Amino acid sequence: MPPIGNSAVKEGAFYMAVTFFVVLAAFPFYWMLITAFKTNADLYDVTNIPFWFNKPPTLEHFRYLFEQTLFGRWLLNSLIIGVCVVAITLATAIPAGYALTRLAGRNAEALAIGIFLTYLVPPTLLFLPLSRIISWVGLQNSMWSLVLVYPTFTIPFCTWLVVGLFKTVPREVEEAAIVDGCSLFGAFVNMVLPLSLPAILTIVIFSFTLTLQEFVYALTFVSASAQKPITLGVATDLVRGDIYYWGELMAGALIASVPVAIVYNLFLDRFIAGITGGAIK
Amino acid sequence: MVAIAEKLRGPRSRLEFVFDRPQVLGSAFLAPAILYVLLLVGIPFLLAVYYALSAYTVYNPTYHFVGLQNFITVVQSEIFRRTLLNTFIFTIGSQILGLILGKFGALLLLRPFPGRKIVRALIILPWAVPIALATVAWEWMFDSLYSVINWVLVAAGLVSQANEPQWLGDPQLAMLCVVIVNAWRFFPFAIVIFLAGITAVPQDVLDAATVDGAGFWRRNYQIILPMIMPIVVVGLIFGTVFTFTDLSVVYLLTMGGPVNATQVLGNLGFQIGILSGDVSHGAAVSLFMLPVLFVLVILMLRFIRRREI
Repeated sequence: MPPIGNSAVKEGAFYMAVTFFVVLAAFPFYWMLITAFKTNADLYDVTNIPFWFNKPPTLEHFRYLFEQTLFGRWLLNSLIIGVCVVAITLATAIPAGYALTRLAGRNAEALAIGIFLTYLVPPTLLFLPLSRIISWVGLQNSMWSLVLVYPTFTIPFCTWLVVGLFKTVPREVEEAAIVDGCSLFGAFVNMVLPLSLPAILTIVIFSFTLTLQEFVYALTFVSASAQKPITLGVATDLVRGDIYYWGELMAGALIASVPVAIVYNLFLDRFIAGITGGAIK
Repeated sequence: MVAIAEKLRGPRSRLEFVFDRPQVLGSAFLAPAILYVLLLVGIPFLLAVYYALSAYTVYNPTYHFVGLQNFITVVQSEIFRRTLLNTFIFTIGSQILGLILGKFGALLLLRPFPGRKIVRALIILPWAVPIALATVAWEWMFDSLYSVINWVLVAAGLVSQANEPQWLGDPQLAMLCVVIVNAWRFFPFAIVIFLAGITAVPQDVLDAATVDGAGFWRRNYQIILPMIMPIVVVGLIFGTVFTFTDLSVVYLLTMGGPVNATQVLGNLGFQIGILSGDVSHGAAVSLFMLPVLFVLVILMLRFIRRREI
């Protein structure tokens, strides 16, 4: 046993290191939080200690956000975009993932990897041609362009996730159903889909958060304020000329961040399993 | 009634018969996903190549073929060469910083301690929250007048109020800022990747090594590190791809400034191709990402199959 003094020093160093990491990771969000509730007089006074309230907190920035800006509209836009993208992704990625796990013979793995690799094709390579395509189909400056484009990264990512998740459903489940007189398609609908509810939930969560996190395509395709999703609206529209409305900006960023952060934390392990190659063996 | 029911059943069961063949059902299931990706990733990609070889602009949409002229013009521009170098500094700098933070963070989180779940949730935040919004918060922290970082430096007596660093106004500091913000964004991801790898190392392997006399460092660097290498490489490739091609951090924090000191390929492509409408030169700039992406994808393919953990 090491002497007690030594282990106390070790403990202290450990917790200091943990504190360092927590402060590093979370301080910008604390800063968002406190800025959002501070009065302007408190914010723009260098003589104040900035880490807490020097004047009583206020909801003024939130009120401004909802009454004087299109914030509510952006929230709604993001919701609509998210729901549509989730629907498209579900309808394509689940059958594709199933086919790649069970139906598509020898080339299945190569095909699955091929689909997944398209996730690595970056938006900054595709945004120029896609912006031309979008103006050809008449969707420029409309949030529907994002509904059209976002599945290009949610489908590859979610198909890959689903492949990993379907691998954990035992093949006997369908075989039993087929023996009992179900068709192959019927076995998929009646047996596999109910068992893959976790897969479906994962897709819903990740497609939705991926659409909320996206910035490049939104910036490129949508410049009309009323059509912007929340991330783009907050990051680009609350700045007027060179004057920043920091209180409003931080309030907006806070509202848009909190739900994503919570949901992400809950589903993190799935995400990592997906990104590092399907199911963990 | 009976007749109607019979009539409905006829074609449906024939359909079911066709769909009972795995190949047919498999193709039908795969087709939508593959078509979507081909139409909106494959075709745009070819278009990008085509634009880069033509004289296409938004104002003069002619598909006049000019060969490699656009690439030559781009390479000859000093701004572009600066941008290319910046992109590498930005990517390599933030990935190294992110990996170091990730490795140490993972070592800390490996040990159970009270409140570990909350600590983990807080540390994940930078990776979970939309980067555009987090970048705006950083922009506020780097503000020229009300920077909280400067406030601390002044309060600690490290700098005088007159000599406060202008984080986003000074070329070197601005580069440091974008690297830090990007490393900050990726280090939670690195932590989680390291954790996933380390916790998957079988305990009996470690026990056997301990019995054979391997100490902490030896276990760490000669057993754990080689075993988790594939998963770490996959994570690193992700980070590199998304950093190398990133636009949001630079766009929101510095707009490539001051005077192109933080200009990166993604942002330059955006400014030329979208803001100025010079699609062909913008596409040429973006296509310079391809060789690097290609190498990364090859690496990815090698490691994704060799994964043991």
